Amino acid sequence: MATLFQGVGAVTPFSASSSLDSNKLLLPSRKSLSISDSRGSIFVYRSDALNLKAATRLQLSPGHQKRSPSEDLLLHQSRGSFGAFGLYLHCLRIAYPWHELLLFEALREGLEEEMERDPRVCVMGEDVGHYGGSYKVTKGLAEKYGDLRVLDTPIAENSFTGMGIGAAMTGLRPIVEGMNMGFLLLAFNQISNNCGMLHYTSGGQFTIPIVIRGPGGVGRQLGAEHSQRLESYFQSIPGIQMVACSTPYNAKGLMKAAIRSENPVILFEHVLLYNLKERIPDEEYVLSLEEAEMVRPGEHITILTYSRMRYHVMQAAKTLVNKGYDPEVIDIRSLKPFDLYTIGCSVKKTHRVLIVEECMRTGGIGASLTAAITENFHDYLDAPIVCLSSQDVPTPYAGTLEEWTVVQPAQIVSAVEQLCQ
Amino acid sequence: MPLSATNFAQPRPVPVGIRSNEKSLSSDPFRFRFRGSPSFLGSPHSLRFNPTPPLKLAIPHCRRSAAAAVTDVSNGTMVKSSANMLITKEEGLELYEDMILGRFFEDMCAQMYYRGKMFGFVHLYNGQEAVSTGFIKLLKKEDTVVSTYRDHVHALSKGVPARAVMSELFGKATGCCRGQGGSMHMFSKEHNLIGGFAFIGEGIPVATGAAFSSKYRREVLKEASADHVTLAFFGDGTCNNGQFYECLNMAALWKLPIIFVVENNLWAIGMSHLRATSDPEIWKKGPAFGMAGVHVDGMDVLKVREVAKEAIERARRGDGPTLVECETYRFRGHSLADPDELRDPAEKARYAARDPISALKKYMIENKLANEQELKSIEKKIDEVLDDAVEFSDESPLPPRSQLLENVFADSKGFGIGPDGKYRCEDPKFTQGTAHV
Repeated sequence: MATLFQGVGAVTPFSASSSLDSNKLLLPSRKSLSISDSRGSIFVYRSDALNLKAATRLQLSPGHQKRSPSEDLLLHQSRGSFGAFGLYLHCLRIAYPWHELLLFEALREGLEEEMERDPRVCVMGEDVGHYGGSYKVTKGLAEKYGDLRVLDTPIAENSFTGMGIGAAMTGLRPIVEGMNMGFLLLAFNQISNNCGMLHYTSGGQFTIPIVIRGPGGVGRQLGAEHSQRLESYFQSIPGIQMVACSTPYNAKGLMKAAIRSENPVILFEHVLLYNLKERIPDEEYVLSLEEAEMVRPGEHITILTYSRMRYHVMQAAKTLVNKGYDPEVIDIRSLKPFDLYTIGCSVKKTHRVLIVEECMRTGGIGASLTAAITENFHDYLDAPIVCLSSQDVPTPYAGTLEEWTVVQPAQIVSAVEQLCQ
Repeated sequence: MPLSATNFAQPRPVPVGIRSNEKSLSSDPFRFRFRGSPSFLGSPHSLRFNPTPPLKLAIPHCRRSAAAAVTDVSNGTMVKSSANMLITKEEGLELYEDMILGRFFEDMCAQMYYRGKMFGFVHLYNGQEAVSTGFIKLLKKEDTVVSTYRDHVHALSKGVPARAVMSELFGKATGCCRGQGGSMHMFSKEHNLIGGFAFIGEGIPVATGAAFSSKYRREVLKEASADHVTLAFFGDGTCNNGQFYECLNMAALWKLPIIFVVENNLWAIGMSHLRATSDPEIWKKGPAFGMAGVHVDGMDVLKVREVAKEAIERARRGDGPTLVECETYRFRGHSLADPDELRDPAEKARYAARDPISALKKYMIENKLANEQELKSIEKKIDEVLDDAVEFSDESPLPPRSQLLENVFADSKGFGIGPDGKYRCEDPKFTQGTAHV
């Protein structure tokens, strides 16, 4: 029996929402639900082998939209102490089943659960099978599921991505791994022309439930070609969704959501985040592909970020808090489309926006986000939007130069100080 | 068979390159004749290439009948008894009807284009009907066909109604892709036609994926009836493209149930195949990857059909892919926008004399499979089908504004959440096609 839980914003931890049967409300779900979704509509559910219905998204009544700041805390990442509430959550953790793992293990867990659930889910990519994945995301899966289901491909990105698209059109649910996102430049033809467009040009006849995933971003002195941020190149392709994971919790949830989605989804991981450790629920959960994540609520300024820059922002946030600022940090997570509701609510509250991203300055996600916010929330802004992006420079090999191309916490702090004058 | 690297390291016993004999058989039409040099009759006069040495070929005896097909009979030599016929009367009429449908449809397209009923790039298939008919008429409905921009006739052969194709060309909502695809993007889920691709070569990986699906169903999902094959059609120009080679490799490596059908019409818009390709014999590239490579006279539907039969059976058995090079010719320009001034009129005349439809007609009449009346009545029937298709398309509605946003995503939640907190697809204006996304 699938058990459906709904997270409700305004309730205090141990009370049931008026719109729910309190018998169905379980606390671990409450905690995990408070994490990612500003509208409290994440589902944690148990599904047995027979009942594979996905949880549907319920509409919340308006009264539950607003939450008290304490409930909004996502504690998985901030690791800061939040006093009594922190203790409460710590107790929750002890009381309810969690397990600790690294981000790449979380991805693997999500992938494995989906492969177990649906035999049409398959993986293809370079070194995903016998080698276990160059970042070990698919380790052990080939032994378990066989060489056809976890397919080691030759080095032919364009063709095996196209093969994944063809397989998706004819009934399978493939996950194509780019060993590094930069290699997917070779697959641009297939991703743009076929992945994004074929559902439309076929008049809706063929769905392409493919997931294209891989690590990107600036690593540690990997050189220019291995340090690319492809989200900016793919963002104009109609018909695809793009999400970026940043924590083990959202990595697993987004992986599962992407696999279950009927749309083609590109899941961006980051090379430097694979070894992040976190506790995640034992219970199965799926996150929403279109929603942003409230990392730290605040009042003075909205900081929008994603992927690795989230950590630079949180580091800067510590400094800012000590200096008396109260930044609201949102991990936008959904790079295409933007969650303009979460972002909008925040802008309406703080009236100042700082975007911190790892994309290039020109044509990056930040540039699009700036445009979207200006278009929709111009009246609510007290200051121009500031967008901190990487320099329009091919990422140099030298450590010092590389550091200067990417946004650092100190820059974030000074940008906030400037904006909040 | 387990997919380990060592499997592929074994030299395969398979690579056969088989070339059909050429059209001018002098004394003995029933013997296979091979030439060392391929004769690409379409070569511009100034170009020459060195003939390849005679090949060692495996010739099963049954191949002889394949050789002695339409063109031999047309030389006026001995007619075989009906017991040895390659096709029955029903099959012959089916093939004839399909080729006539293809030819008349394309002629109608040209007419409609010049009358301003369709726009953009329209690529017609006149002259190449034998390839489409020869291959696709052997397929089951569940088999998949992947094509290029020259896809109208592939769609018709696969069973997509002429009405649906014509109204797609007119850009009407009743088209097979709701008017959203157009000439170069014919799709039909019902008939398993997955494109229609505008960029050459980009359909080949998709076809490889469809073949992979079939193998997956058989081996992972254990569906015993999953023996569906995929045909990928593409031209000579595509054979210089990386995607072609990458997919030949993967298909041979994993023994995918796919047939790569090269419609070598010698010209890629204005680029002669010989000016673009270091080794113009495309069928030879199959054995280089460890798969069977076959060359066939693509103007002869019966020869194509014989080769197709073998290739399809090989794929269905699970014995892997085949590369079939069909030497064919397009009677019209590359597209309706192409003035077609570059090709030698003598070359065009030579191939016009080998018109596959006339050849089949002659074969059927001389072998007493059909008479003039029956063939004429087929042509009349097709005329009526096409008139009906045009009338239907003329009367069909244009796509309304409400259709604009419907098929961008399979799950329209992909348009995201708007500033008001609702999904954009929940906006009432979404179904009108005017929502801000």
